Amino acid sequence: MRTADQPFQFVTASYLTKISNCKASNLDELAAGLEACSDASVFYHTFQSLSRHHFLTEGYSNDFAQWVMASCNGHELAEKLTSLDIREYLSLGDLRNDLRRVIREYCQAHPHGALQPSYEPFYFLESMELTVPLGWEARSLEEFRACLERLSNASFHFHFIASRLRLHLRTNDFSLWFQTGLGLEELAQRTNRIDIYTNTLVNAREILRSFIDEELSR
Amino acid sequence: MSSASPGSRILQLDDYEPLLGATEVAELRSLASRLKGRTVQMVNSTSVGGGVAEILNRLVPILGELGLAVRWDVVTGGDDFFEITKAFHNALHGGPYTKPPESFAIFLAYTEQNLARLSMDAEFTVIHDPQPAGLIKARRNGSGHWIWRCHIDLSRPNPTVWGFLEPFVTRHDGAIFSSPEFSRQLPIAQYLFYPCIDPLSEKNLELDSEFVEATLERFHIDSKRPILTQVSRFDHLKDPVGVVRAYQSVKRYTDCQLVLAGGGAKDDPEGGAVLEEVRRVAAGDPDIHILNLPPWSALEINALQRGSTIIIQKSLREGFGLTVTEGLWKKKPVVASAVGGIPRQVIHKHTGMLAHSVEGTAYQIRFLLSNPLIAQRLGELGHEHVRENFLITSNVKRYLTLFLRLLGHC
Repeated sequence: MRTADQPFQFVTASYLTKISNCKASNLDELAAGLEACSDASVFYHTFQSLSRHHFLTEGYSNDFAQWVMASCNGHELAEKLTSLDIREYLSLGDLRNDLRRVIREYCQAHPHGALQPSYEPFYFLESMELTVPLGWEARSLEEFRACLERLSNASFHFHFIASRLRLHLRTNDFSLWFQTGLGLEELAQRTNRIDIYTNTLVNAREILRSFIDEELSR
Repeated sequence: MSSASPGSRILQLDDYEPLLGATEVAELRSLASRLKGRTVQMVNSTSVGGGVAEILNRLVPILGELGLAVRWDVVTGGDDFFEITKAFHNALHGGPYTKPPESFAIFLAYTEQNLARLSMDAEFTVIHDPQPAGLIKARRNGSGHWIWRCHIDLSRPNPTVWGFLEPFVTRHDGAIFSSPEFSRQLPIAQYLFYPCIDPLSEKNLELDSEFVEATLERFHIDSKRPILTQVSRFDHLKDPVGVVRAYQSVKRYTDCQLVLAGGGAKDDPEGGAVLEEVRRVAAGDPDIHILNLPPWSALEINALQRGSTIIIQKSLREGFGLTVTEGLWKKKPVVASAVGGIPRQVIHKHTGMLAHSVEGTAYQIRFLLSNPLIAQRLGELGHEHVRENFLITSNVKRYLTLFLRLLGHC
């Protein structure tokens, strides 16, 4: 049994939602709002949105895309916004820049549509994260699997999705530990490739568990 | 009668485990462990009746079970006080304020009486709605943490009443709103706490199919044919006439029934007029069931919702729309207007269908009746949406997180 010098320590996260004083009533205002809003707001509408709506695995990517489609009838722009994969971003600043660029380019190409009033306004909200150590730790893959069994969606999201921003790496807490703690490079890579857009958090966890079982049966 | 009924004993957090999973409940305990023994005071204006009391009746015991020293106080006053606060309530919703200027002095006098009676010394004080807002005067030198929980839509308040209340509100550390649409630009932090339902209340707990069937039979509703249901007061803003028109349009394609279940028509002259209008438009159609139910009909409402094929909420204006939440929780496909807090719950084509007109409502109903698998999928996803975001336990988590935030933990 491989054991890691540094155990994996599980934590969970709870979020408080703040209402900012910023809202958008057309695409032009959405782009302006994206320039002015806080990083916590970008996080809320992208990373955290994926957690709140993780059970939607078809066509729901982030709040901006959903609003553009549902309230502005902007299917083309919504598709472009949907295609931005948060796993590609190591900072909220970079993600914000790309969101803004995509919207600005669309507005320049469709100046009339940019000012078309939306059906419902978009309200910029913000996430405030509170982390709580669960007091569980794993030194081996067997112990890790046992903890994974009883992990909440919030904790799984924290380690598997939101971790990129903390690590500033194109990986997640689990993969990083498999790689550096246990020396399991292949498991680390397979884990990192689990599609968080087409799987619910529950399914993603199931897939990870099956990868671990395969590894343990070798 | 019910398969998951906890009976008459007091509910405990563990009762939610089968619905939420042991982990979610354990996480609430983890969060609360940092707040053990901290004092919390909830203050509102009634202990029975109304949505706020309903929420506090569950929230307070759960917070207590989690180890917080929580107390619930109710402000008191004469009829004149409650007439004034009712007028405040209507004015904050955007209506006119017709009370005389001295009404503000009466409000303040009752506030002083309550201040003399109540001990306002908790570490966290949560003031619910405008009635107890003046109690902030008890706060000395920024002591404790004070939060104003606003359960009403403040987006277009009457300036006279808001002008009077705002100085009290802004002395709090923060305000909580049920939807960003209902908030105002304030110099204090504003938090979003969605309204919630209790999955173990009579209105929402799981029911045996026999009870559902018996309830339908009691109201002469045919369980073999599709049932479209809107549960709402008989109020113009809920557009029951529009619902009948949408049903009549659907009926040309599919043999179905309509249930309009509501109350409030007996003691509300406007409700009576709306009910009469609905009956006139229904024109004696035996497949339209207009049920004017008494306030103690939670189980019947539950059964009607569970026995329905599609839940409708065709409001012209809406608060958050907890009847939508209830329908989604019961895994029902929902067709609802894109107003108020409804789009937060009904994510179009994901957790239900949104509509903007009678014609749109009729079309979405026809689409779902023709595509039962899609309808079923929407219902399942709607249930998940409520489970993740709109249950009483989510509200507990939000309060715990807020208290920890006020203590500087995030």
